[in-house]
Amino acid sequence: MASHPDESGKKLGMWLFLYTEIILFGGLFVLYAVYFSRYFGDFKESGKTLNRLIGLMNTVILLFSSFAVAAAVTAIQKKEKKIALTGLATATLCGLIFLVNKYFEWGHKIEAGIYPNSEKLVSGPHGQNMFFGLYYVITGLHGVHIIIGMTLLIISLVFVLEGKVTSERFALLENSGLYWHLVDLIWIFIFPLFYLII
Amino acid sequence: MEKTHHSHYLEYRTLFSIFLLLLMFTGITVGVSYIDLGVFNVWISLLIASVKGSLVLLFFMHMKYEGRALIFSFLGTIFFLFIMISFTFWDVSFR
Repeated sequence: MASHPDESGKKLGMWLFLYTEIILFGGLFVLYAVYFSRYFGDFKESGKTLNRLIGLMNTVILLFSSFAVAAAVTAIQKKEKKIALTGLATATLCGLIFLVNKYFEWGHKIEAGIYPNSEKLVSGPHGQNMFFGLYYVITGLHGVHIIIGMTLLIISLVFVLEGKVTSERFALLENSGLYWHLVDLIWIFIFPLFYLII
Repeated sequence: MEKTHHSHYLEYRTLFSIFLLLLMFTGITVGVSYIDLGVFNVWISLLIASVKGSLVLLFFMHMKYEGRALIFSFLGTIFFLFIMISFTFWDVSFR
């Protein structure tokens, strides 16, 4: 008897991994919440110095890229290979733009003397130091996830191109998509917590 | 045999409407952040983020159409996340 690829098993495996990611970022958000309640004033002041426009732009970019990936997963099942490839390429490009924005954002802050263990943060208010420490750790870890997600999207793109991912067998594309959506999901919480504090 | 691959997918139009909804909620959360409501700002922005997250989860991540194994294991994860958050605050608030 020929063995069938276990598509739902692969998806369950991916979700089990995503649960650990949720707990990982959940833990960091708890840390944020505890220090937020302790240094409310400092967090408010520090949040105001972040560029809301870049934060908003990156939110829209990630939301759109998530849509593009979801469309690619639909397209592969409808045997519309071209749309699937376009969706994946678009999402990867969005990821790249996101990282370029992040580069300028971090660069701007580092130039202003705000980076982990910098003179300005160490000698400044403790809450401000905590805020930017968490800012660099959480957005940095999220950035690493963007890079991993882009790698998965590119691998999926190549496999679709080569016909290894088809309407019969698309678990790789679907799981890469799930990972990308999770990265988007985490950003949905990062954006208000860091950029929109009044 | 038929169950080896399910082929339920969402139409492009549905996915695009979800994207538009997500944009709308992003606009709302930015708009609300300019109104000073004190501590309520935090709760409102978290509420909107949860709504946006649910949209991504249910439609983009297809959770609305999954079987029990995924739905219950996901809810289990959220439950443990809830325990982690509430016990941490229980500790921090009554120290």
